[in-house]
Amino acid sequence: MSEESKKKIMFTVRKPPHGTIYVYEGLEVKLIMAAYDADISVVFMDDGVYALKAGQDTKELGIKGFEATYGVLVDYEIQKVFVDRQSMEERGLTEEDLLVIGEDEDTEEPIRPRMVDSAEIAAMMAQQHNILSF
Amino acid sequence: MLHTINKSPFQNSALESCLRFTHEGDCVLLMEDGVYGAIPGTAKSDLVASALGRKIQVFALGADLKARALKETIDGVQITDYAGFVDLVVENKVHSWL
Repeated sequence: MSEESKKKIMFTVRKPPHGTIYVYEGLEVKLIMAAYDADISVVFMDDGVYALKAGQDTKELGIKGFEATYGVLVDYEIQKVFVDRQSMEERGLTEEDLLVIGEDEDTEEPIRPRMVDSAEIAAMMAQQHNILSF
Repeated sequence: MLHTINKSPFQNSALESCLRFTHEGDCVLLMEDGVYGAIPGTAKSDLVASALGRKIQVFALGADLKARALKETIDGVQITDYAGFVDLVVENKVHSWL
């Protein structure tokens, strides 16, 4: 299927991880949708940016956690992962705090979510066929 | 683009965040507890007032206003009913700010 004819689906993630099941369920849905060859983009905003903080250790919570899954998003053809700059700044987070979503095929450099401004996110939203919030 | 808000602006930042990601021509529908964002004279009234100034259309669901005894709304907020809600959903892509 050509890039143009694919269904454009955006996921917005606005909740912090682990307190609720939203972030985890959202990740599952993204992987399912990606299997159907959709053009997926993901935007983390508000407390959702905390879901991208590297070094999450959920052992003592008795749950599996999802950092490892995020680490292979690129392998699932989910490369358009964005994070809202203002939400990051409000929470004292910088680009270096973000987990890795895969590595570049050629250079093997780690790929991290891309920080963008709200205007850019608004413009991307306007281009979607569907937006799902988690 | 239609953005729906169903939480009070005093409860969480959904309304505030939503408005940061809207631009001219977008619609915002305040429903359920979201309608508290539509009333004048509160610490959060400026959010909707300034959105209206940016030519964003703001709607509030009348049934939810009535249920909460909210009689006045910020100038420029349009009151709608369930049929109007359906029209907005049909005419726009929707993002719910849960």
